[in-house]
Amino acid sequence: MTAILGLAACEFRIALRNRWVAIAVAMMAVFALVLSAAGSAPTGEVGADRLSVTVASLTSLAVYLVPLLALLMAFDAVAGEIERGTLPLLLTYPASRGRILAGKAIAHLATLALALAVGYGSAAAAAFAVDPAAANGLPALLRLFWSSLLLGASFLGLGYALSAVARRPGAAAGLAIGVWLVMIVLYDLGLLAAIVADGGGPFTTGVFPWLLLANPADAFRLFNLAASEATTAAAGIGGAANAIPAMQALASVALWPFLAFGLALFALRKVTP
Amino acid sequence: MTALILSQVTKRFDRTAALTDVTLSVAPGERVALLGHNGAGKSTLMKIVLGLIPADGGRIDVLGVAPGSPAARANVAYLPENAAFHPSLTGEEQIGLFLRLRGEPAGKAGELLDRVGLGDAARRRIGTYSKGMRQRVGLAQALIGRPRLLVLDEPTSGLDPVSRREFYGILDRLAADGAAILLSSHALTEVEARTDRIVILSNGVVVADDTLAGLRRRAALPTRIQISARPGAADAVARELTAGRRNGVMVDLVCAADKKLAHLGSIAAMSDMIEDVDVIPPSLEDIYDHYSRRTLS
Repeated sequence: MTAILGLAACEFRIALRNRWVAIAVAMMAVFALVLSAAGSAPTGEVGADRLSVTVASLTSLAVYLVPLLALLMAFDAVAGEIERGTLPLLLTYPASRGRILAGKAIAHLATLALALAVGYGSAAAAAFAVDPAAANGLPALLRLFWSSLLLGASFLGLGYALSAVARRPGAAAGLAIGVWLVMIVLYDLGLLAAIVADGGGPFTTGVFPWLLLANPADAFRLFNLAASEATTAAAGIGGAANAIPAMQALASVALWPFLAFGLALFALRKVTP
Repeated sequence: MTALILSQVTKRFDRTAALTDVTLSVAPGERVALLGHNGAGKSTLMKIVLGLIPADGGRIDVLGVAPGSPAARANVAYLPENAAFHPSLTGEEQIGLFLRLRGEPAGKAGELLDRVGLGDAARRRIGTYSKGMRQRVGLAQALIGRPRLLVLDEPTSGLDPVSRREFYGILDRLAADGAAILLSSHALTEVEARTDRIVILSNGVVVADDTLAGLRRRAALPTRIQISARPGAADAVARELTAGRRNGVMVDLVCAADKKLAHLGSIAAMSDMIEDVDVIPPSLEDIYDHYSRRTLS
């Protein structure tokens, strides 16, 4: 355990010095504040408190931003060590590869948690400032926070796996952006196109919900929207959210980190320095 | 118990043989130098000993267990060639991390850095260090705990002569404490008197494994006797000794080591024609060349 914590402490220190912590926190804070300012229109009419509406906006933000931040932090984890020539020495130490990965993951998750806390916290503060009933939305915000961490953990694991497979930081960065583009942007567009072409046929009813659950980002969105009824009013994907129980979406969000870290460990074990 | 045993170890990369039937051993307290040109297989051999890459054939026994196993890693220290560290960390933080990875308190970092002469730079980032300083950080991490086997890949490259002497002083104390040391170098002059045994690798084959005295004896390289004759006497001296003349005053005589005394006797007999005599034994480089070239043919 000292080994994992030692690695995590060093990794966090490096993230601080490389300004990664500052960048992540600033990015989340800026986007969260912009969203809560822009999302001030629909209050009152839907009967929801201000914070619940903000959480709905933050959910759509987190789907894009959390995987991006996680991939950006993770792509250098293994490839960077290989390029600097620091990996062979590290691997001769008694700490196993799983522990090395765990140490890095703890540091990166802590960075992400800090950024999310600052971002969501400032959005919540803005909501409280204008609506005294905003406290009703706190459970939804808390749920968003921990499910965002799970989503981030999934993409950290995927990022480590890419980093170990690519072995060069440049290639790893390219792969990371590619994965983000495919899983976050193109995946949904593809599903949308398939639904339109299917016209309410067997694909839409039988396959589509499973495909949504298979993608951690979609499952994350479904979970947060389905769990909070008030937020469905503010989001367009409400139909899909009603078709899939929140627990199934949660299962996907919770299982993905294990799958991703399994992949990462498998890829790291294949690396011969 | 022998600290390290390699028996007929073979390693191939694609079609090229990196190591062929390499057999060697290092006993506790013994300092063994592994010599070879660049690409002779030194680093490959070390990585196999550390368990970083698997061997294709042969038997490897590290402190009685398999290379790279948790028990082996707990007791083996490694100094990579061109030791590299994260530039954003200070020397103290980096050594602190390595200490914690070995289950020791990070607070010992200062003491270790003092031991390798980096006490003053301990709180500066490694990115600002010179190559020699990074090498010292590498050495400091290899000293953590009480390693029973040290694997040092070209440890003295980048060190100035004074630091090199200090470095060997540290190794002497480790060996006296019973640590087995395997270190590599591409120059015999660097390791000469500071190692107990020398193993020469050439194209992945062990071509010599002996003490320096033994290598010298077996190579049986000729000794050179350099005679400075008195003005005008060089021709006569050269004729008398049936030797080659280099210039107006110098006469060069090359002979087998066991003929040296006889020649010196006849030189002494001509003392009226001779100003000075130098006996030049085969240099370390000559000996190294002798062994490392044998397999090239």
